[in-house]
Amino acid sequence: MKHLKTLFASAIGLLFALQLHAAQVTVFAAASLTDSLKQIAADYETTSGDKIIFNFAASGTLARQIEAGAPADIFFAADETKADALEKKGLLVGGTRKSLLGNVLVIVTPTGAPAINSPAELTNAAIQHIALGELKTVPCGTYAKAYLEKLSLWPAVESKAVPCESVRAVLAAVESGNVDAGFVYKTDAAISKMVKVAYEVPAADAPKIFYPLALLKDAPQPDAAKKFTAYLDSDAASAVFIKFGFIVLTSPSTK
Amino acid sequence: MSAAEWQLVGFSLRMALASLLLILPIGLALAWWLARKNWRGKALVETLVSLPLVLPPVVTGLLLLQLFGRRGPAGSWLHNTFNCDVVFTWRAVVIALAAMSLPLFVRAARTAFEEVDVKFEQLARTLGAGEWRVFFTITLPLAKRGVLAGSLLAFARALGEFGATIMVAGNIPGRTTTLPVAIYQAVENGEDAHAWTLAGVSAVIAFAAVFVSEKLQRRRK
Repeated sequence: MKHLKTLFASAIGLLFALQLHAAQVTVFAAASLTDSLKQIAADYETTSGDKIIFNFAASGTLARQIEAGAPADIFFAADETKADALEKKGLLVGGTRKSLLGNVLVIVTPTGAPAINSPAELTNAAIQHIALGELKTVPCGTYAKAYLEKLSLWPAVESKAVPCESVRAVLAAVESGNVDAGFVYKTDAAISKMVKVAYEVPAADAPKIFYPLALLKDAPQPDAAKKFTAYLDSDAASAVFIKFGFIVLTSPSTK
Repeated sequence: MSAAEWQLVGFSLRMALASLLLILPIGLALAWWLARKNWRGKALVETLVSLPLVLPPVVTGLLLLQLFGRRGPAGSWLHNTFNCDVVFTWRAVVIALAAMSLPLFVRAARTAFEEVDVKFEQLARTLGAGEWRVFFTITLPLAKRGVLAGSLLAFARALGEFGATIMVAGNIPGRTTTLPVAIYQAVENGEDAHAWTLAGVSAVIAFAAVFVSEKLQRRRK
């Protein structure tokens, strides 16, 4: 009985001790970063002892949640304009914003569906539904629309567009076969066996796709957050991003 | 209100009306069956009919998506036989709204049928009327108010449906976007004024439907 009491007391003591040392860092990150960030965080948690909590969603949705006062430490978006909006409202910590990654837009089709070899084929009658990120909140949708407008294909394609709430929702729609094609990033296409890349948009044709990272002014854990953003810019993290197919914008030698 | 907002309201009303027309025959048959007959496993059917009322709407949406998706059993059959797609079209909107509002209609109509004195029906039968004739000339007219109140409730519920709709029909502006989905999107986009306009319209329609429905049910007693 006495032993049990000591055990309980030390267990509770241990819990408090852990609470004191381990900070919980909340990261609001673009849906396309889901798999790579989870892996990086797992590595980071074992070495630092801090805990990383994620909220993955469309960058526009995240920006709105931050504006509404959501308790977040770090914003990691897939679109510079979303970070611009928060910066204008004074919600970012000055000097912490950095464009860390780049990505490439691709057209995917369900595995086993008839192939598409060029964006112009999206106007074919056989293509009835094209999944895109929601045009205002989901960066990959904004980029896809800008790209199709540049090719003057948008008017012909607009009526086929099925807006989805995140890039991962686009991927899921294509995987299910309920749409005939979709616009996602190369990194999303790479994690799915149920879609195939029909066309990779040349970097020169698409808008620049950069991922800005910044600390938030109302961060509950500013110090731990700062440490984690530094880690995201480290060689170890870069290696994971590269493994998932991202373009790491800052070369390790310049750090 | 802008032209796009009027289009949205008109579309939502049309979809809710179409879903009501879809559930009328199914709902009346189910309600009559539950009110007049006893059979083994009746409790099971009662529970299943009411399930969409308490099940998270997204679960109903998930089931419909599996069923009517292009690779689902009903969806692939429709696609191959009639070249007719359901998911991400207005048809999916109607099906989602119908599935979600059917329980409300069946509950109201069933109560209304149960309140009709079976003696009138028996009398009609002794005078030689068939079951169909009994239903359409005796049962339904006597249960009219309850059935109408149930229809209005189902219609109002359909107008407010969000979870199942967004799962199977998505959010395609001008094609599958209904009022609640548009309000959600407007808030996501930071278009609060637009969201409030649409919220106001929704409130007015819902108020009118429930008000009339309540009035009908009260006068019956």
